[in-house]
Amino acid sequence: MATQQTRSLARFMMAPSVILLFVWMIVPLLFTLWFSFQQYNPLNPIRNGFVGFSNYALFYSNPAFLSSILNTLIIVVSVLVITVVGGILLALLLDQPIWGQGIVRILVISPFFVMPPVAALVWKNMIMHPQYGVFADIARFFGAEPIDWFGQHPLTAIILIVAWQWLPFATLILLTSLQSLDGEQKEAAEMDGAGFISRFIYLTLPHMSRAITVVILIQTIFLLSVYAEILVTTNGGPGYASTNLPFLVYQKALLEFKIGQASAGGVIAVILANIVAFFAMRAVGKNLDK
Amino acid sequence: MARAVTTQHKTIATAAAWIVALLIFFPILYTIITSFKSEQEAIQGFALIPSGTMESYAEVQAQSGYFKFFLNSVILSVGSTLLAILIAVPAAWSMAFSPTKRTKDILMWMLSTKMMPAVAVLFPIYLIFRDTGLLDSRVGLTVMLMLINLPIVVWMLYTYFREIPGEILEAARMDGASLWNEIIYVLTPMAVPGIASTMLLNIILAWNEAFWTIRLTTTNAAPLTAFISSFSSPQGLFWAKLSAASTLAIAPILIMGWFSQKQLVRGLTFGAVK
Repeated sequence: MATQQTRSLARFMMAPSVILLFVWMIVPLLFTLWFSFQQYNPLNPIRNGFVGFSNYALFYSNPAFLSSILNTLIIVVSVLVITVVGGILLALLLDQPIWGQGIVRILVISPFFVMPPVAALVWKNMIMHPQYGVFADIARFFGAEPIDWFGQHPLTAIILIVAWQWLPFATLILLTSLQSLDGEQKEAAEMDGAGFISRFIYLTLPHMSRAITVVILIQTIFLLSVYAEILVTTNGGPGYASTNLPFLVYQKALLEFKIGQASAGGVIAVILANIVAFFAMRAVGKNLDK
Repeated sequence: MARAVTTQHKTIATAAAWIVALLIFFPILYTIITSFKSEQEAIQGFALIPSGTMESYAEVQAQSGYFKFFLNSVILSVGSTLLAILIAVPAAWSMAFSPTKRTKDILMWMLSTKMMPAVAVLFPIYLIFRDTGLLDSRVGLTVMLMLINLPIVVWMLYTYFREIPGEILEAARMDGASLWNEIIYVLTPMAVPGIASTMLLNIILAWNEAFWTIRLTTTNAAPLTAFISSFSSPQGLFWAKLSAASTLAIAPILIMGWFSQKQLVRGLTFGAVK
């Protein structure tokens, strides 16, 4: 059926997307790679030039770089644990017969649609503010000292905000997967006397494993590049306490104009993302064959 | 399927689900409530009943020209979505209806571009935008948002198009329909729901994009993400105004989102979970 003519038509139809994405991905990336071996500072052009791997060496010698990678990983792993465990529990709960299920679903999914700056500022000012926030009100109600979230535990605060944004996503996807579980299988297991726990371990969890994988992979892609939440709450501080890799790259590039260092950070970010992408592609690719 | 559900079980589950749901929704609810308070009220401690004043809404518009940012958000999200659809439909179409050996590789490669971290190209893009005068321009940002969402659009359209049975095309061809007629009368009506869902999800994603929209704009092309971020440097406590601006910024997308739950799952998992 694929004649020469339809084949060239297909190529012609695909060309714009492919070319655009290719240019958009390759050209800036080559720039970044080139800059990462340069000392380049638009404010101090005299010392510009090739410097080999010294920008990368900073990742070993400068504590800010190392801690930014560590913070990136802490954010990713903590949010994943909270959202996946929380998401499974919530999905199990919402899968029960309940009154007003439609409204409950809408309430639970809502945070996902809140733009990151709004989510972060609302949490920062109205929920976690050490003086006027709701958490402070609750603490005072119980006679406790309110916690200065962004001063004392900046990374924890950011993790809480980001987890709040992504919990709905995990819940929605896990719930969708749960609802496709065959009712008869569940019934049969029940008839055989399988309790809730063993039903969950031997039937539900294996059924959801694919959805869980997808949730982990997709969230990781987005969590590796958390940015706005940090920008509007702690601005990376105090010190570098809540600076992750994307935020450090932004600081180096657009605030300090240390383009070489920023680019090296960018290349490291690409490598990190590629490790994840490798697994993600395999998981999604398997589905294509079906 | 006739599982006996006791009323007791249902009552407990309902209570638990509602409590959890309200807790999760609380920050949004409290923002909406606070937006109807005066600035004084807003910092007077926890209160769920506002005085109902609309002054914050009026002030947000009067002081900062809120509507301009709102309009930019609409232009950027809708514009980039239309552009992406225009470019992606032919690609998804040809991959779904005349796939070759390489189709799968191309799809995977497109997906991989979505995984490239934005910071990796921040400076080159910034330079290109600056030198071509695209910084803080709606055109530049529209193209940018189109590019970052193009892989998702192609993928989503592809998964929808693939579900259109090929036999229908053959039947139309047997009846002597030309390629053009085939597209207009047979394929388009079947493709419209898929295209509509794709657009809906993409508008949501573009509306909430908060890296490039903040970094590549200053005033002219700044959408709501950039406007709200400007509240982060507090010269005083403007919580009622922040709440009013936030409520207006999230309301349209929240409502669109409620209607697109199913498409969301499908679009964001690249068809892996339906």
